[in-house]
Amino acid sequence: MTTAPVRRTPALAARLASRAGGGLLRVALIVIALFWLMPTVGLLLSSLRGNADIATSGWWRVLTAPSQLTLTNFRTLLGNSAITHSLLNTLYITVPATVLVVVIGALAGYAFAWLDFRGRDWWFLAVVGLLVVPVQIALIPVARLFGDIGIFGSITGVVLFHTAFGLPFAIFLLRNFFAEIPRELLEAARLDGAGELRIFSTVVLPLGGPAIASLGIFQFLWVWNDMLVALIFANSDSAPITVALQQQVRQFGNNIDVLAPGAFVSMVIPLVVFFAFQRQFVSGVMAGAVK
Amino acid sequence: MSASMAAPGAAGPGTPSAATPRARRGLVRSRPWVAVLFLLPTLVLLGALVVYPIGYSIVRSLYDAGGSGFVGMRNYGTVFSDPGTLTAIKNNAVWVVVAPSITTALGLIFAVLTERVRWGTAFKLVVFMPMAISMLAAGIIFRLVYEQDPSQGVANAVVAGVHDVFSPSSVYPGARPRPGADLVPSGGGSYTTRSTARPGTPALLPLVGIPETKLPPGAEQAAPPHGGGITGTVWLDFHPGGGGRPGVIDPGEKALKGVTVQAVRGGRVVASARTAADGTFTLPAAAAGARLRLPASNFAAKYGGVDWLGPTLVTPSIIGAYVWMWAGFAMVLIAAGLAGVPRELLEAARVDGANEWQVFRRITVPLLAPVLAVVLVTLMINVLKIFDLVYIIAPGATQNNAMVLALKLYLTSFGGGDDQGVGSAISVLLLLLVLPVMVFNIRRIRRERRR
Repeated sequence: MTTAPVRRTPALAARLASRAGGGLLRVALIVIALFWLMPTVGLLLSSLRGNADIATSGWWRVLTAPSQLTLTNFRTLLGNSAITHSLLNTLYITVPATVLVVVIGALAGYAFAWLDFRGRDWWFLAVVGLLVVPVQIALIPVARLFGDIGIFGSITGVVLFHTAFGLPFAIFLLRNFFAEIPRELLEAARLDGAGELRIFSTVVLPLGGPAIASLGIFQFLWVWNDMLVALIFANSDSAPITVALQQQVRQFGNNIDVLAPGAFVSMVIPLVVFFAFQRQFVSGVMAGAVK
Repeated sequence: MSASMAAPGAAGPGTPSAATPRARRGLVRSRPWVAVLFLLPTLVLLGALVVYPIGYSIVRSLYDAGGSGFVGMRNYGTVFSDPGTLTAIKNNAVWVVVAPSITTALGLIFAVLTERVRWGTAFKLVVFMPMAISMLAAGIIFRLVYEQDPSQGVANAVVAGVHDVFSPSSVYPGARPRPGADLVPSGGGSYTTRSTARPGTPALLPLVGIPETKLPPGAEQAAPPHGGGITGTVWLDFHPGGGGRPGVIDPGEKALKGVTVQAVRGGRVVASARTAADGTFTLPAAAAGARLRLPASNFAAKYGGVDWLGPTLVTPSIIGAYVWMWAGFAMVLIAAGLAGVPRELLEAARVDGANEWQVFRRITVPLLAPVLAVVLVTLMINVLKIFDLVYIIAPGATQNNAMVLALKLYLTSFGGGDDQGVGSAISVLLLLLVLPVMVFNIRRIRRERRR
């Protein structure tokens, strides 16, 4: 009789404590999530307010005065040909730089995984070594090189630079993935009389889909979000949106009506890509943990 | 990358090291030129744009600004003696030590906490989201957060809000009595009446000196004092459009609510009240015979908040923005590692009476050590090259206080300065700093391939 309550009390207490703890944990996580969202929400709401409102109060005023919301800033921004031009430049830089890295990286990854040539392992180690080389080491020399061959300031130059610095990671990721393809599949294709290029395009590329998707997403976001490379190798005509906006930052206080919507527009594509391809992005980021 | 880090639904059907030696031998002994063809684009691009530049930069760092005169190690001497670069080196050191540790610690906490919640994935999505956006966008976002004016920047709005709870800021900065009113300065910014308060004789305390537009929204028409006891009205004695009589509550003149009124007798505060929405206040009868004082707290300048982007705080503030961006990265990697920690081990420890903290400290963290190391090292390499965030967030006035090596390199060689010698020396220094990681990566891959 007396032992039962004694035994039950700690269990009950523990259950209560864990329930309270669980509630506390949930509240804490919600608070953290809101805290994490707030800066981005602030940007969005700022971009949706008129100049006069921005100058007199903070974005949170909108929460009690929703009538302040307006699309004027976005309309002005997208009517600004310099901005739309730079958005197109971002696209013209990002798409080729992504496709080139995938194609060239896949070719090399296949060679490192399945072709026999002298010093193969050493060459691959050299590529691994290049994984962590900072882009800064190449800025001055490549600026000079591009100047000499006449592509300094052009989209071509920016694309080539991004491709080159994307390659070590691409080759590393794809070689490791291609090496896991069952040998029998490749041998069967070879017995059917397929050449290397044929095997590459009909067997390896389709099977490498997941890795190629990860790489593609990763490289796409990397290049889309770049500012430094474009700052140096692009000119005012080939500059992407990041550089165009960066030039407005000096007068930050007066340019919020341009910078907030501009930053938001530049974020839309990466965010869409991110939400649509979370899994691929995460695995790309994880594989790139050495970059 | 340890096996425990393989992504959920990630790239490979297995870990890279799983390839057997047989599989790694070539498919067939193909003609060498086939391999050359497959590798040619890579060789050209990596050779011309990565490998050759390394050599060029090393040589270039030994020449002067213009590139014609050989100066030996002098550029490196400049890097380590110029106060500007020294600040950059110091800041880079702070960055490399502080940013990765805070980011990893937060990532670890988030990963462990979200494991126990059903909607953990949604939380992870929110925290991971900033990884997808550019440092430029993040920079603009945090320029907004750190705006100095508490009515603009959310950080200072919060700080000022908290500050006001503990020492309420004045509602009417800059207000002062109308000249000729029964109020005289009594030191420290406060004002006291010349006459003493008497029940039945309402005190009229007219103020001027603040524009009507600066009043809190919804300020009411001032009302004459009513009711018994020691009463009075504090109002803005200014009639829009003119025509008001000084010292008289005219229609259209606004009440000043929330003003503190103290009754002072012999230097001691005997009673205190705040004005209501119509500007009136009522003091207890005990205040009879005391003088009325409007303490300085009513008129003090507004609390300006923290100087986030000032010389001392600019680097910590930018590190805050970095942590916001990258905590999700650490969290996702650590969560993947956490998924590989055997449940039974944790359960066994709990059954043995270990509490949650002990389980975390003695079992989870040690098992996660390899993942934590990878996250830390990755973030360190990343932080070493930090550029965009600093360039965007640090205002011109404190850019030098926030200086980091990558930014210094850019400014000396491209943006304004024209010294590619020193710039090259900085880039070589950055390369040297990542060299240990490079060697580590190569050795790890070699080890994996020998197995």
